Amino acid sequence: MSSIEEVQDEIVSEFEILGDDKESTIYYIMELGGSLEDFPDGERIEENTIKGCQSKVWLIGEEKDGKVHFQADSNTDITKGLISLLLRILNNRTPEEIINAKLDFVERIGMGSIIGSQRSNGFASMIKQIKLYALAIQTKQNV
Amino acid sequence: MGLDIAKIRDQFPVLHQEVHGKPLVYFDNAATTQKPQSVLNALTQYYQNDNSNIHRGAHALADRATHYFEKTREVVQNFINARESAEVIFTKGTTEGINLVASTFGRKFVKEGDEIIISTLEHHSNIVPWQMLCEEKGALLKIIPINEAGEIIFEEYEKLLSPKTKLVSIVHASNALGTINPVKRVIEAAHAVGAKVLLDGAQSSSHLHIDVQDLDCDFFAFSAHKLYGPTGLGVLYGKRDVFETMPPYQGGGEMIKEVTFEKTTFNEIPFKFEAGTPNIADVIAFKSAIDFINELGKDAIKSHEDELLAYANEHLNQIKGFIPIGTAKEKVSVLSFNINDMHPFDVGMMLDANGIAVRTGHHCTQPLMKRFGIEGTVRASFSVYNSKSEIDKLVEGVRRIARIKNK
Repeated sequence: MSSIEEVQDEIVSEFEILGDDKESTIYYIMELGGSLEDFPDGERIEENTIKGCQSKVWLIGEEKDGKVHFQADSNTDITKGLISLLLRILNNRTPEEIINAKLDFVERIGMGSIIGSQRSNGFASMIKQIKLYALAIQTKQNV
Repeated sequence: MGLDIAKIRDQFPVLHQEVHGKPLVYFDNAATTQKPQSVLNALTQYYQNDNSNIHRGAHALADRATHYFEKTREVVQNFINARESAEVIFTKGTTEGINLVASTFGRKFVKEGDEIIISTLEHHSNIVPWQMLCEEKGALLKIIPINEAGEIIFEEYEKLLSPKTKLVSIVHASNALGTINPVKRVIEAAHAVGAKVLLDGAQSSSHLHIDVQDLDCDFFAFSAHKLYGPTGLGVLYGKRDVFETMPPYQGGGEMIKEVTFEKTTFNEIPFKFEAGTPNIADVIAFKSAIDFINELGKDAIKSHEDELLAYANEHLNQIKGFIPIGTAKEKVSVLSFNINDMHPFDVGMMLDANGIAVRTGHHCTQPLMKRFGIEGTVRASFSVYNSKSEIDKLVEGVRRIARIKNK
């Protein structure tokens, strides 16, 4: 399995084809959102919701054989697309890998403004939530 | 004669830039307008030549700063046609103006069982202060409903009025939909039951003639930054006889007549409500913003903005999937919409990629969005420096986005 850095580099090079064209970048991200694993309807509940002023994210995770698997969804297509990239990087990794992941792909594909505005977007809080979840699993594993 | 838009645009340095490689189209004017060079110059001029604390200093700079500061008060007085400049209080903005009334007038005159009326169209800043007051006092908040077009239902408003009504606080022009409320009738009806009226003029003040004597409102709150002036500054107008019955807002310097440890006597209006060193530089520069508006003329500005709104509506309404939100007969140049079932955030990001700045979301009017059963809208709001060719870009952007989602 490729490392987190390798997958991020892979994503960045996929976006390089689009050049500096912001519109194409956004369209591409929105299309990627369509490839997200279906989120179970029953899990669209308050406890799994990360609220932003503009967009909402639903996130659940489970541990299997020492690795963590996340499922997520959003009410905005751009956020869904970013989630699909994020999960491609972080899914099925150990809690250590997730906790130590230095995520810079969003800035590198020119979507840094989304991360910058924590308040408006659930995506930024989602990354934090994923790391907290991994930390909780790690703590449990070490008990 | 129409306005020379190219010449007006030349006065706004910020407009001449590219965003994501595209010329900036600034359609977020209901959030804040850009500032003309004259306002920027006035700010620099003040700090370079006149900076001094006002009203107390016994030296030339203090005299000059005081003179310019008080000059703006007179210019504002004329701008809204107040009887005297003492009825003009400088605040941080519309929000503070409303909170000032809630904290002073509200605390003193609203009692248990009394009622305050607002409308479904209100911004959170004209909801929350009243909810807080009502909770504290055991008073009731009543809401005027609206129709599908986004207009208040006047008959329903009349039904809410009673001798229990202490205050009606209503938006003059809606920030989310652009609806202009029939405020003169609203005020008349409120006065008939002995209630006072506060108008939230945050949106109306840059587009409409404001004549507080003709309107006969008891309070009128607005923000400088929405009418080409600096941020962090607003005005609260109040009738002298109403202001005089109200206790001070904050304690401190400026607002006192005499302080002993036993008792303090308070200054006259407007100083009673202006504790501490005010926002001197921004007040002084605000005069240049009002001069800018006066030179163009409110009628000419309104007519240009109306033309932009009509032009945008005509072209956008032809696009399949374009859903206008708020179609009141009387509107300021605010255009709220959605495209198909797309989230406004996605639409806003895509327009931004084309250099077009719009606002997306609930516009701090969540109860209003709930009324329409939507999470939010995309809002394009036009100002005097906007042009039809910029609207063409918006129309083209919306068409492309709608086409992709119609696929």
